[in-house]
Amino acid sequence: MRQLKGKIWVFGDDIDTDAIIPARHLNTSVPRELALHCMEDADPTFAEKVGEGDIIVAGGNFGCGSSREHAPIAIKAAKVACVIAESFARIFYRNAINIGLPILECPEAVREAKEGHEVAVDLARGLVSNVTLQRTYNAVAFPEFMQAIIGAGGLIDFVKEGLEEGSRHG
Amino acid sequence: MGMTITEKILAAHAGKDEVRAGELISIPVDMILGNDVTAPLAIQEFERIGVKTVFDPDKIALVPDHFTPNKDIKSAEQVKIMREFAQRHGITNYFEIGRMGIEHCLLPELGLVLPGDVVIGADSHTCTYGALGAFATGVGSTDMAAAMATGEAWFRVPATLRLIYYGKPRPWVSGKDLILHTIGRIGVDGARYMAMEFAGETVAGLSQDGRFTMANMAIEAGAKNGVFIPDAITDEYVKARARRSYKFYTSCADADYADIIEINVSEIEPQVAFPHLPENTRGISDVADVTIDQVVIGSCTNGRMEDLRVAASILAGRQVASHVRLIIFPGTQAIYREALREGLLDIFVAAGAAVSTPTCGPCLGGHMGVLAKGERALATTNRNFVGRMGHPESEVYLSSPAVAAASAIAGRITSPEAIMGKGCLG
Repeated sequence: MRQLKGKIWVFGDDIDTDAIIPARHLNTSVPRELALHCMEDADPTFAEKVGEGDIIVAGGNFGCGSSREHAPIAIKAAKVACVIAESFARIFYRNAINIGLPILECPEAVREAKEGHEVAVDLARGLVSNVTLQRTYNAVAFPEFMQAIIGAGGLIDFVKEGLEEGSRHG
Repeated sequence: MGMTITEKILAAHAGKDEVRAGELISIPVDMILGNDVTAPLAIQEFERIGVKTVFDPDKIALVPDHFTPNKDIKSAEQVKIMREFAQRHGITNYFEIGRMGIEHCLLPELGLVLPGDVVIGADSHTCTYGALGAFATGVGSTDMAAAMATGEAWFRVPATLRLIYYGKPRPWVSGKDLILHTIGRIGVDGARYMAMEFAGETVAGLSQDGRFTMANMAIEAGAKNGVFIPDAITDEYVKARARRSYKFYTSCADADYADIIEINVSEIEPQVAFPHLPENTRGISDVADVTIDQVVIGSCTNGRMEDLRVAASILAGRQVASHVRLIIFPGTQAIYREALREGLLDIFVAAGAAVSTPTCGPCLGGHMGVLAKGERALATTNRNFVGRMGHPESEVYLSSPAVAAASAIAGRITSPEAIMGKGCLG
């Protein structure tokens, strides 16, 4: 898996999916259109200022609320490389894995991070490094089952592999 | 060690004697749901898998309810994708405008979700069906796509938080007040990844409609599912609707719970959740002078007959305050007709309310009642996040239909007792 490194944007607790992508923009599922409104109701200027490879750092329960997959899609399409949070709401967590948006739970890293810090993430080893502070933290590793989904490139490719496997074995 | 109802349903579907919290399982699902926001994305992903047919056209429900009747051209295109997919794959449970309803009111009403089922829906409030003693949980569009191809979904078996409600509810205290109070107590992540099992003498006496309201908002505490132990009230609701067999599961007395919380209902007043989280709850007597511009009664949380009846009992012969817009949207066409038959719609219109065809529209700021900057609404819906019903600088308060109806008359948030006097029962 890739080594990610980027500037961080810091958000608080309970950032809900209505804040990540407001429902007024859900009459489309085109990723580049959703990206224009990414995080709009948490920070209206985010979509303009976020750069490719930047990282979102947030508090607890990130992505709570609606099941809209448009939320992780908007973040991924805004070219955000990874989301690091103290914890994730469960549907968002599932959706992010399923569409291939890297996410990590790492409360310690979140607590010490300040906007503008540079952070590097090693997904394979589950390590978060704050380059600015020169500190490294251990993140919660993915269960093996989820690593298989991520390894396949997301749930759809994982299912495709499974179905092909199944048909080979009759 | 025995199992909880959630573990038993999951074990039965996994073909195992037992499963335990934390275990990963891939199991067949009994029903898969999608709506006009989530299904088009799922259809796009389904087509990427490359299978020719869905696993079972009778086990998929497609409900265009969010931005319908189509609010704009883009929304119309989304519904068209669903409609054409339903036709192409012979999906039996596609519901067109005029025959549809808000998905979580409609599926139980038609007997499409039953006790003992495993249900996934690409909508977070899919947890509503736990009110029937099913395992039901919200997923995203990709999970829906994979399940439409394979008929299966993977889960981590959730630990269970048991909530025991005891004592006699005060006048006007409903299922909505119990769940708002509970979320206020444990927080919006208080049951994250967990099953919320609603138990105790109070909920044993709670109506089926009240149970739907409570299970519906389990997601607002971060839960994977909310569940009631099915009983005679469940059976009364289900037996006339079911067209296939169903099974009642119950938790063992020695089941393993992550935590048990007891709640004395007799101490709970009608509740109001303040902006911008459902956990910001207060008893109605702690609500100071909050004037409102709009009141919304309806939704997958509170759009059922019991909700409309209590609202009508308060609105009958009274007028909505001159500065308030009251919008009422029944959950399904059948509920709409029953409300018409009982004279409730006439009471609403005579009071100065707008009555809408079933839609999710206003709840998520889609259409049919979007808020302007600085406006304030009281709604019987489920979320009061920033911008939920419109402008990011608008505000949403949450309550029961009784508090909402009384407040529409007063023009500010108030208790039903303030309108109806003491001694009236809710």
